[in-house]
Amino acid sequence: MKGYRKYFLNKLAWFFVTLVFAFVLNFTLPRLMPGDPVAAIMSRLAQGMSNATGVQAIYQQYADLFHTNRPILEQFFIYVRNVAQGNFGASISQYPRSVASVLSASIWWTIALQFPAIIVGWLIGNTLGAFAAYLKKGFDKVLLPVSIFASSLPAFGMAVIMLVIFGLGLKWFPTSGGYGFDMVPHPSLKFVWSVIVHYQLPFWSIVLIAIGGQAIGMRSMSIYELNADYVKFSRFMGIKDSKIIRYVFRNAMLPQITGLALSVGTMVGGALFAEIIFSYPGLGYTIMNSVMGQDYPLISAVTFLVTLMVLVATFIIEILYGIIDPRIKAAQAD
Amino acid sequence: MKHLIRQVFHSGKFVVGFVIFVAILLIVIIYPLIFRYPPLDIIGQGTFFPPGIYVNVYDSMISTQYTLNLSDAAAKRLASRLSDADRLAMKEWLVAFGIPEGEIDVADTAKLLDQWNTNFDPKTNIAGMTNAKRNYYIRLNASLGGLLSKEGVIIATKNAQTGALDQTGTVAQSAYANVGQVANVRVLPLGTDNFGRDVLSELVKAAGISLQIGFIAGSIATLIGLTLGLLAGYIGGLVDDLIMFVNNLFTVIPPIVLLILISFSIGQEKRGAVTIAAVIGLTAWPWTSRAVRAQVVSLRNRDHVNLSKISGHSIVYIIAADILPYIASYVVMALILQISSGILAEAGLSIIGLGPKTTTTPTLGLMMNWALIYMAPSLGKWWAYLPVVITIALISFSMNLMNTGLDQVFNPALRD
Repeated sequence: MKGYRKYFLNKLAWFFVTLVFAFVLNFTLPRLMPGDPVAAIMSRLAQGMSNATGVQAIYQQYADLFHTNRPILEQFFIYVRNVAQGNFGASISQYPRSVASVLSASIWWTIALQFPAIIVGWLIGNTLGAFAAYLKKGFDKVLLPVSIFASSLPAFGMAVIMLVIFGLGLKWFPTSGGYGFDMVPHPSLKFVWSVIVHYQLPFWSIVLIAIGGQAIGMRSMSIYELNADYVKFSRFMGIKDSKIIRYVFRNAMLPQITGLALSVGTMVGGALFAEIIFSYPGLGYTIMNSVMGQDYPLISAVTFLVTLMVLVATFIIEILYGIIDPRIKAAQAD
Repeated sequence: MKHLIRQVFHSGKFVVGFVIFVAILLIVIIYPLIFRYPPLDIIGQGTFFPPGIYVNVYDSMISTQYTLNLSDAAAKRLASRLSDADRLAMKEWLVAFGIPEGEIDVADTAKLLDQWNTNFDPKTNIAGMTNAKRNYYIRLNASLGGLLSKEGVIIATKNAQTGALDQTGTVAQSAYANVGQVANVRVLPLGTDNFGRDVLSELVKAAGISLQIGFIAGSIATLIGLTLGLLAGYIGGLVDDLIMFVNNLFTVIPPIVLLILISFSIGQEKRGAVTIAAVIGLTAWPWTSRAVRAQVVSLRNRDHVNLSKISGHSIVYIIAADILPYIASYVVMALILQISSGILAEAGLSIIGLGPKTTTTPTLGLMMNWALIYMAPSLGKWWAYLPVVITIALISFSMNLMNTGLDQVFNPALRD
């Protein structure tokens, strides 16, 4: 048990170090943008105002609100204090809405869309890759090029192709939004059905991309393992094929789990683009809006949230991995 | 070396990928030499002209006229001018009038018109028909009369002094112009985009720029990754710890988040194609350095490296002569992957509006961004975005294929 605890504490320490680093980056970088964001709001608001002192007073009020008139270090500490209370400040492009309210409206869409999609894609991809390695011949000849092609497609490309074929061509599914545009979210059967129908295209486009990459990785891993000495030895010993296969795929699976931990960031990044293409009301769409609106409090917060999501996912995967793989315990016990 | 190259070209996957890639490269280089259209000139007044051959109407009117008596010309002309909605409305009226539905075929223009002309009478009263609908049919009937006219049209110019129209020529319905003799014909194989620019010329230029961005980004990322990986793996100790610390930080933070933050902080004005490429390169190195380090660690204690150390060679010499050759194939594969992911990263950034700010050079991502902003997918203007997606997919597919092929050559365990 000592080995696990050491592993767990090590990963936990890393989690916090990365979190702090990401937080500082997310605060600093958007604020380095040239130009005065408050001036940008003013140019929108002050159209047609001729009273210079009035404009000046309003400018002062907004500068106070966003703390842009203080040194950046002081801004940082104010920001830390506010974030600790769940307050990410006011959004510039959607003023007077607060960043927290914009995000709390969109984050659940993203979580409900991306994590099931990535897990389903990972499972299907690994199964297909294992079959390709084991069956070889025709199945492998077809699956490998198809997987390479699927994983070559950028996430937005896959999304656009799905949109054209199943949304516009066959008209099976609606092409934009998270639910019917004529609806207000409320718990009724009709609304739930609308959400489910709108869910399909973004979901499957993320799944398809994930399948390709995972299938290629699992195939290579399984081929490595199938050629390993212990497989040949087991065959000589007369152990049943089905039992050997179980060992092989268990061993091939382990690096795939680490692979998932390393690639979850890239996958989430790609999935954000699927959201943008389908105008899904999640974080991806919020990022796009905040970029268009030059809204740095929102960009800071939304990118931090994405990072946090990825960090938590990675952390969970690594902890699970530590429990599954006995070698981790052995390595830490030394 | 020669043997190695021959071996690489024996791999089917590598060859297919290589051929696709070289074909794209050749098109990017040769196309602008043959068709010297400025890629970003706004030629179309209006958005999204469909692909096709555009013949100048004025020039074809004043070019030599040939008379061809083709029997199906009139029918074709009618068919192209009678809209589907009108056909269905005509059918509806005829059915209401009492003609069996089976006898009416909306696709057969001649028969439909014949049935219409024999049966339609504006005075006929059909039960349940509103007055507005009856007026619609009367208008439709009148316009059909105009369609059936056998007269040609007169070309007239305005007299500068009197303001009267002087007839300068006629165009009969049987008049033809030879496209080869018309002075101005422009082929737009992929139509025009939302700004009215030739999509194909733009696409070729964009593919070139995107390849350059990918190449710059990939080279930077591979160079940084290789250097840090070599240092961390070979020197070890504190250097290793430090590099791996930074590496771990950047591995877990999603690369797209870093890209968004940095591009945003650079600001709209300073984002050029090269800047974006550099930013992509600076954020993409962690996995390369991690992989290079792992390889170097396994090489570090080999006998030939130890021998070099005992012989008193410098670190630089040992790395260059005893370690690099062993990981060269791996570095090439990493470079290929970095280039293709660099192209994808640029496209992604551009889609959310953080791509290169430029009005003089297009990139694949910017073209996609424009098409999306102008709602090309929902308007059904496939030529504005589908070729872009296909080009990106082909570039990245060809590179991944080359990579898989190389992998199978250099990793004997993967061969079956």
